Amino acid sequence: MAKSIQDSPTFAERLQASMSQLPDNVQGSQAWNSIFRPGSVFRKGYTDSPRNRSYVIMNSVLYHLHPVKVKRHAVKVSYTLCLGGLSFFLFILLTITGIFLMFFYTPSAAVAWNDIESLQTQIAFGLLVRNMHRWGAHLMVISVFLHMARVFYHGAYKAPREFNWVIGVILLTLTLLLSFTGYLLPWDQLALWAVTVGTNMMGFTPVFGDQVKFVLLGGSVIGSSTLLRWYVLHVLFVPFVTVIFMAIHFWRVRKDGGISGPL
Amino acid sequence: MTEIPEHLRKRAAEAKKKAEGDSGDAPAAGDAAASAGASDSGAESKIPAHLLQRSKAAKSGGAETAVAATGGGGTAVVTAEAAAPAPIRSGPAGHTQRLLTVVKAGSIQDIKAKPMDKVHTWPHLIVIEFGAALAITAFLTVFSIFVNAPLLRLADVNATPNPSKAPWYFLGLQELLTMFHPMVAGVTIPGIGIFALILAPYIDKNPSNKPEDRKFAVSVFTIFMMFWAVLVIIGSFFRGPGFNFVFPWVEGIFFDL
Repeated sequence: MAKSIQDSPTFAERLQASMSQLPDNVQGSQAWNSIFRPGSVFRKGYTDSPRNRSYVIMNSVLYHLHPVKVKRHAVKVSYTLCLGGLSFFLFILLTITGIFLMFFYTPSAAVAWNDIESLQTQIAFGLLVRNMHRWGAHLMVISVFLHMARVFYHGAYKAPREFNWVIGVILLTLTLLLSFTGYLLPWDQLALWAVTVGTNMMGFTPVFGDQVKFVLLGGSVIGSSTLLRWYVLHVLFVPFVTVIFMAIHFWRVRKDGGISGPL
Repeated sequence: MTEIPEHLRKRAAEAKKKAEGDSGDAPAAGDAAASAGASDSGAESKIPAHLLQRSKAAKSGGAETAVAATGGGGTAVVTAEAAAPAPIRSGPAGHTQRLLTVVKAGSIQDIKAKPMDKVHTWPHLIVIEFGAALAITAFLTVFSIFVNAPLLRLADVNATPNPSKAPWYFLGLQELLTMFHPMVAGVTIPGIGIFALILAPYIDKNPSNKPEDRKFAVSVFTIFMMFWAVLVIIGSFFRGPGFNFVFPWVEGIFFDL
C-alpha cells in the first residue's frame, strides 16, 4: 500500500537492481572487452564453437605458442609424456622461486651462507621456496634428459627436425650449466667442493685449460669473485641465453610441421 | 586419359540415354512433346511450356551434339540438361559459351599434403597441459614441505670433505676420472658425447621412425644412456671416502643432492 505514494523505487531497490546488472555492465563495457579478446573465457557469453575455440588460442599471448589445431595423436599423453612442456614449466617455476630467493641473497662470500641460513629460519616460506627451487632444478635436469630420450626413441629428430634437435642438445647443456652455476650459491661445504671438483675437470681443457679455469673462477682459486661471477651467470646470463634458445626451439617445432609422429 | 569421377560418369550416361530416347521419339515430337517433357521430369513440371518446347526442339535437333558433349565431361552435361537452345542460334540470345576441354583439378593443383585428423588445441591440449603443470606443482610443493634441501656448514677452503663429489649429473664424469687421465675423462669424453648427440640426426640417415626399422640406432642410444646412468649411480651411491668403492648398505651413503 506504500506503493501508492512512491512509485519510484527505494534506494535499496535501486541498489539491488544495479547490483544484479553489474556483471552484465562490467562484461559489456569497453574496458573489459578491450582486455579480454574474443574467445576469452572471461568474455561475456563464451559459447563453445569452433570459431571461439580458435579465438582462445589466437588471442592469448601464452596459448598462441600452440597452433589452433593439433594432430589428434599429439594430445595423447602416452606419446610425449608431457616432458618438453614440463621442462618449460619447471623453468618458469624456477624463475618465480628464484626471483623470490634473490630478494634475500647477497652474492658475497662473507654473507651468502648467513643469508641462506636466515632465509630458512626467519623468512616466511623461505625454507619452502628454497626447497622448491632446489628440487625443481634437479627435476628439470631429469625431465630434460628424459625429453631427449623420448625424442630419440620416437625418431623425432629426423628430417625436417634435425636442427631443432641440435638446439635441444644446446638447451640440455644450458640446463646443466644453470644447475651447476646455482650449485655454488649457498656457499656451504657441498657447494664449494662440488664446484671445485667440476672446475678442476674443466681446467684440463687442452691448450688453454688454465685460462678457462681462470675465467670461470675469476681468479686462481674459488673465492668471493667466483661467487659474484656465478651468481650473475646463474640469475641473468644463462637464463637469458636459455630463453632465446627456447624461443627458437618452440618456434621450430611449429615451423618443422608440428609435433612428430605418429609412429 | 584423365579419370572421370564416378558421379559425373553416371550423370553423363543418364543424359546420353535420355538424349538418345528423345531422338528416337523425334518423329512424334509435335504436340506430344509437352506431355513427354512432363513425364520425363515430374518435378520439373513447373517449367513454362514454351521453355520445355524449346529444349525439346534443341534436343531432337542436336542429339549428336549433346552426346558428344556429354562424352567429354561433367560440365557439358549441365549445359545439355538445362535449357539448351538450338545449336543454330548463337549470339546474345543463344549459346554464349561452349565446352573446350575438361581440366581436372589434380593436374593444376598438385596437393601433396594429406588431410590430417586434427583436434582443437583449446580445450583438448590445454586441459592436458594444465593438468600436468598442476600435478608437477603439487608434487614439488608437497615434496618440498617434507624434504629439506641440504645446507651444510659454511664453506671452508681448508677443510676438504672426504669424499668430495661433483653434482650428481657430473658424477659419471667423476667416475671416469678413476679410469682415465683427467683430460680424457673431463673434457674429451664429454666433448665427444655432446658432439655425437648434436650430429645424431645427420649420422642417422634412416628415414623411418618405426622402432622395428631402427634397431641399431635404438640399441646404440640405449647403451649410451645406460652407460651414463650406471656411471652416475656408481659415482653417487657406491663411492665412499677417498672415492673408493663401497656398498651403500654397508658403509652408508656419501652423497648429497
